Amino acid sequence: MNRALTLIRRRLIGGIFVLLIVVIGTFLLLEAAPGDAVDAYIASTGGDAGMIELLRHNWGLDQSALTRLANYLWALLHLDLGQSLAFSRPIREVILERLPNTLLLMGSATALSFGLGSALGIYAGARPGSFRDRFLSIGSLALYAVPGFWFGLVLIIVFAVDLRWFPIGGIESIASGKAGLDRAVDIARHLILPVSALGFIYLALYLRMMRAGMAEAWRQDFVLAARARGLSRRRIVLAHVARNALLPLVTMLGLQSAQMLGGSVVIESVFSVPGLGRLAQEAVAARDTPLLLGIILVSAVLVILINLLVDIAYAVLDPRVGASEAGA
Amino acid sequence: MSPLCRFLRTPEAVAGAIILVALFAMALTAPLFFPRDPQAIAGPALLPPFQDWSLPLGTDRLGRDVTAELFHGARTSLAVGLAAAAAALVIGAVVGTLAGFAGGLVDEMLMRITDAFQTVPSFLLALAFVSVVGPSLGVVVAAIALGAWTGPARVARAEVLSIRERDFVAGARVIGMHPLEIAFREVLPNALPPVLALSSVIVAAAILTEAALSFLGLGDPNRVTWGGMIAEGRTVLRTAPFLSIVPGIALVLTVLGVYLAGEGVVETTAVRRSLS
Repeated sequence: MNRALTLIRRRLIGGIFVLLIVVIGTFLLLEAAPGDAVDAYIASTGGDAGMIELLRHNWGLDQSALTRLANYLWALLHLDLGQSLAFSRPIREVILERLPNTLLLMGSATALSFGLGSALGIYAGARPGSFRDRFLSIGSLALYAVPGFWFGLVLIIVFAVDLRWFPIGGIESIASGKAGLDRAVDIARHLILPVSALGFIYLALYLRMMRAGMAEAWRQDFVLAARARGLSRRRIVLAHVARNALLPLVTMLGLQSAQMLGGSVVIESVFSVPGLGRLAQEAVAARDTPLLLGIILVSAVLVILINLLVDIAYAVLDPRVGASEAGA
Repeated sequence: MSPLCRFLRTPEAVAGAIILVALFAMALTAPLFFPRDPQAIAGPALLPPFQDWSLPLGTDRLGRDVTAELFHGARTSLAVGLAAAAAALVIGAVVGTLAGFAGGLVDEMLMRITDAFQTVPSFLLALAFVSVVGPSLGVVVAAIALGAWTGPARVARAEVLSIRERDFVAGARVIGMHPLEIAFREVLPNALPPVLALSSVIVAAAILTEAALSFLGLGDPNRVTWGGMIAEGRTVLRTAPFLSIVPGIALVLTVLGVYLAGEGVVETTAVRRSLS
């Protein structure tokens, strides 16, 4: 337990440093954007030069860049992300409202790509060099070449427009009055296409990693030993070869989370899922830079947290990890 | 056996090379075959493909020639993909070399910045950058490179860490070369092969990112892009799905070609290095 705690503390300190750099980066981007919050406010309400001066002073925008950065950091420390120009509401509220949908989409897509990807990887890696191995390798490469948003459109054309099996977009039927289990089924039906679009793209990665890891594991001595003991091929594949190839995939899970968040921007736009990604696109369309940068900050926090969870899972799965750090 | 021969003996690599050659031919001959502005109206709107042989792939919602758009779109995709990947590789190699060779505080700071760039989803970063600076070809290239240099930087750093302990680096120190000169003239060239091995993956990712950006309306508005064509076709998805399907297939083939050819090159050079 001590080992895991040391690991968490180290990662958290590193994460705070990284977050600080991200905050400074977003602040610089905010400064580079033409116009400031007052310009945007005046553009929507109107006002004269005197009022602009007053607002600039009141909002602290007439101070030096360093003071403004300090103010920005101070506000962030209180979890205050500022005011959204497009929604005229606190950015934190807007983001928290959309976050669950994105987490649901990402979580399901990750489960799909990790589960199916590693299963197919085991199937391919059980017999390296065989026909099915080559077929799956080339197939996964082709899948990797497909742009997610286009794949989503093709799924819509086939399954929503032609076959009418699934709804064309959204997260649930509007004003259906459904509750409880009915509502969950409704949301699941809406999520099948976007989750497939997002999940299948990243499936290739896990498949290829699993396959490569297994090809490597087949050459190890313990596999030879297992063979010599007369274990069945099935048992060797699952309990010895696949098990050893699985660990790097867990690391990949964390590394991929940032990619997955980026991918969900386009997928959510294609399927009109009201999540964080679609919010980013709306922020771009409405030229709402503070909201966009708020989304970036929240995504960075999310990625850091996911990686922390992956590290903990890794430490639990592999007793060698962090043992030396805790001992020191 | 020469590397070219070995390259040509793997069917996947040959398929990739053929796709890439066809693509470059399309990009280079676009102004020759379609000298008119591809964004100009060429015929009746929403003409289906294979109806009129002067407009083989039909026209879009505004009556623009889809074939001409496809050819001109190849130019944008390739230009952005190659330029962004080149920029990312250069930035990554320089940052990685500096971090690995200098060590200490410089290394620590550069690697934390690399961490920060890897923590922010690169597509969101590109989105924010383009929307703040304004969409143009150069900005799109910079935005994509901004999210893609971290991989090469890490690989370059790892390579430099092992190279800087070699004898020839100590030799360069002894003859009094400036550390920066050692880093960039002696160490960097030797660290390049594994960094360059990443180029096909980075070019492919850059092409996909460019397509996604222009799909969301953040591409250069004065240029035809495949992503933009797909977005345009999306508005008539029910009646004319081919308008989104055709440029999408072009994208898939392009990225697949880059992957296959890249894997072929890496494999042939890897064999050569392990033999020597």
